[in-house]
Amino acid sequence: MKKQKYIRVFLVDYGMVFVLMALCILISVLTISDMHPEDPAAARSLARSLVKEVGSDINVLVVARKTSADEAYATALQDELEAGGAHVVAVELGTPATLRTRLELLGQQDERVDFVATHDFSSKWRVLSSESRQEMASLYPALSKLKIAKPPSYRWPTFLTANNLIGILNQNAPIAIMAIGMTLVIITAGIDLSVGSLMALAAVVTAKSLESYLGGEEASGLSVAFAFLIAMGVCALAGVFAGVIVTAFKVPPFVVTLGLMMVARGMSYILAGGADAVKIEAESIGTLYSSSVLGIPSQIVLMVVLFIVAHIVMNHTAFGRYVYAVGGNETAARLSGVPVVAVLIAVYAICGLAAGLAGVLDASHFGTGRPKAGEFYELQVIAAVVVGGTSLMGGEGKIFGTFIGALILGVIQNGLNMAGVDSYSQMVIYGALILVAVLIDQLKKKVVKPASS
Amino acid sequence: MAEDSSLDNLDGPNRPQPLLEMSNVSKSFPGVRALADVSLTLYPGEVLALLGENGAGKSTLIKTLGGVHTPDAGTISIEGQPIQIDSPTASQQAGVGIIYQEFNLIPGLTARENIFLGQEASAFSWIGKKQEHEQAEELFSRIGVPVNPDALCRDLTIAQQQVVEIAKALALKARIVVMDEPSAALTPREVEGLYQIVDELRRQGIGIIYISHRLDEIDRLADRIMVLRDGQDIGTRDANSLTRDEVIELMVGRSLDNEFPDETRPVGEVRLEVTNLSRGKAVQDVSFKVHGGEILGVAGLVGAGRTEAVRLLFGADRPDSGSVFLDGEQLQIWTPRQAIAKGICLLTEDRKGQGLILGQTVQENFGLPNLRDFVSGGLIRKSTETAAFDRYIEQMQIKVTGGGQVAETLSGGNQQKVVLAKWLQRNAEVIIFDEPTRGIDVGAKYEIYLLMNELARQGKAIIMISSELPEVLGMSDRILVMHEGKVAGCLVNDEVSQEDVMKLATGTKDTVSV
Repeated sequence: MKKQKYIRVFLVDYGMVFVLMALCILISVLTISDMHPEDPAAARSLARSLVKEVGSDINVLVVARKTSADEAYATALQDELEAGGAHVVAVELGTPATLRTRLELLGQQDERVDFVATHDFSSKWRVLSSESRQEMASLYPALSKLKIAKPPSYRWPTFLTANNLIGILNQNAPIAIMAIGMTLVIITAGIDLSVGSLMALAAVVTAKSLESYLGGEEASGLSVAFAFLIAMGVCALAGVFAGVIVTAFKVPPFVVTLGLMMVARGMSYILAGGADAVKIEAESIGTLYSSSVLGIPSQIVLMVVLFIVAHIVMNHTAFGRYVYAVGGNETAARLSGVPVVAVLIAVYAICGLAAGLAGVLDASHFGTGRPKAGEFYELQVIAAVVVGGTSLMGGEGKIFGTFIGALILGVIQNGLNMAGVDSYSQMVIYGALILVAVLIDQLKKKVVKPASS
Repeated sequence: MAEDSSLDNLDGPNRPQPLLEMSNVSKSFPGVRALADVSLTLYPGEVLALLGENGAGKSTLIKTLGGVHTPDAGTISIEGQPIQIDSPTASQQAGVGIIYQEFNLIPGLTARENIFLGQEASAFSWIGKKQEHEQAEELFSRIGVPVNPDALCRDLTIAQQQVVEIAKALALKARIVVMDEPSAALTPREVEGLYQIVDELRRQGIGIIYISHRLDEIDRLADRIMVLRDGQDIGTRDANSLTRDEVIELMVGRSLDNEFPDETRPVGEVRLEVTNLSRGKAVQDVSFKVHGGEILGVAGLVGAGRTEAVRLLFGADRPDSGSVFLDGEQLQIWTPRQAIAKGICLLTEDRKGQGLILGQTVQENFGLPNLRDFVSGGLIRKSTETAAFDRYIEQMQIKVTGGGQVAETLSGGNQQKVVLAKWLQRNAEVIIFDEPTRGIDVGAKYEIYLLMNELARQGKAIIMISSELPEVLGMSDRILVMHEGKVAGCLVNDEVSQEDVMKLATGTKDTVSV
């Protein structure tokens, strides 16, 4: 009996995790295809297996494209081959044409080449096709035994690669960050429609304050950081304003933030002078977006840290308890000594601040302040929160659920993109998914709380 | 008990055919056996009082009849015909009208529209307003209470809304009317009106199932009494054959010597003093003192401004004028938070709406005003909180599975204990009980009384608002009576009669002070 109850509670609280996992498995299966490794690790293992199988008495030509990634690949290949005792005749980084020239040169010099060591992409160049090789063998005896060596290909879902997964997280980080603030607001039985517009306002304020006050092109990293703080401060103040109107005049949050949404969007365009984007000249503007920690983009790190902080605040601090209490029963909370007004204002301020942070990240990403940034993001943010299991009626919801909700939406979008679904159909599927999520939310309540006597 | 009972000898050969028979009804919810083999028989033209403590299964039984719950076992027959009640509509069609404690009226519609809501032939049918109007007036005259059919329900008093609910049931040709705690929110005068309505319905041959905690009402109305305890059918008796004490004994399963604990305590210094507290017309110039170790009862009719006055004291509303002194120090109270910090606490009359966050656990409710006691390094230490709450569970014998139980699932008495626990942890010095035993069953009432006495013995100042005069007289050391926002008098509670209090409360006697 008791065990059953725990399973139920777990399913309710974390059921969305299973939905996410199921989605990932589904998309993985759908995106399985041939993978051709091009990383240095693959190069080293290719070199090792080559030496092991045919011995070290070989002459090898290393071939790759002229990109930095391929250069690393080629270098690794060369180092490992030489370490194994093989002779690297040359390293050719270039195009099929340069490769042809190089091979002809080697043939004329009568420099024996046994293997061309490369990766899948270059191995498909016509110059390396068997006809082309036969032709060359007939011209140059040195090339008569020429064989191709490349890392083995394998079947693997393109969805399930580090690049793609990091890409999903990175793309959805701004929405997920805003969803933290939105979760708090929705737990208090409110809503904030202004986040998308505040995001744009933050981006434009960053751009304009750098351009007008903080030195434009010469702005230092410190000035850029200062501009970020101003932008986020403006958004937090907008949140405070919304909170004050909601609490002092008892205006429904929907209406207050609807107004704020329009005002903030309009002000973004006015500040931008009607332009589509305000260029940011400061050199260090991109630092925030492009830096990384242990190879993980800073946006993702920021997002994860904020989710952890928010989780702790909501579950282990008095403020978190107050937020749930206000949403559960505002009157009872007030009569229990909860500073309801302060809590509500703080919640809207935090939501504004999160939107400001998303806007700052947008400015850093594009190097411009875009007044159209974050258009319709408020709906995606609300969707992430709702899919994450937070009730629009207030009083319940989990920060972790929101994280999962944001990931689910991101994964679906990514999967639909990979499946080549057009953006209009994506909207339909997206919308249907939100309806299903809300439906599940209602159903699970029935399962867990059977009608009491 | 009921004088005009025409069904004194139901066991005789003249026994009429039962209107309703529920036989061996059982219903279980996960983990709870809500009803076990319960049988109910209702005859036309009788009032069957359904009694039991909270959680005894009364609501479940009624909801089974109303088609909200489907029983696991058992049969229901109406006028000898077995019938399947699997939806509220089926129940209505079978002639059952249930008036739940929370009314199902739509505030923005008129009385007439509410009565006929859902009875339109189809969604597009023409509504014959005039005909409906006449029918509504006829129904109201049948009930014996004139209500304007065109008045919006939100403008009606609670008693009038109840009349509309009854009319709605009658419009559906109900022959069985169930009333769940119909008097809970009525003033004494309105309750008298309710008695007359019930008498009138009985006279018309309607069978009435009447649920109430107030034994006075049972005395006055019931022909027969059916008692449930822990989902068990304790039996149905003739109302005449039972004394009050026997009824209580049946309900709680043990004998109670007295409804109120006897207690004499030394009364100390003045702790709380309120002078000239006013707010609009609701509270005018209210002054009183409460000593340490004293229970000050506050009596008055509904609307006399009692709740409004203590809300000012607690900071829930702002007074226009007046001052509050605690232990000689004048307090500036603007919000409940400040009042709580000074040790003034309020247990509201609306426990479910204002006292508790029903969807949260009892421990979270308990912790809400006390988080600073459990926080270290900015984080709440749940183990400390659990330990503190567990102490109260033990001390006050709160019946919960643990701190993690959701407040909504507790019985009224245990909910009240949780609210009290949260204030005791806050070290409350002045504790205001507003209708502390409303909707609480007899056994739990007694426990609440004991707790109040215990707190008074500790030297705390207790204010108790109550609409039940026996409670006021049984518990208070002094009685403050309010009438239309003003203090009508303050009586020392020795040899005070209910009549003395009522005269002040109804304004038929001039202000006295003792």
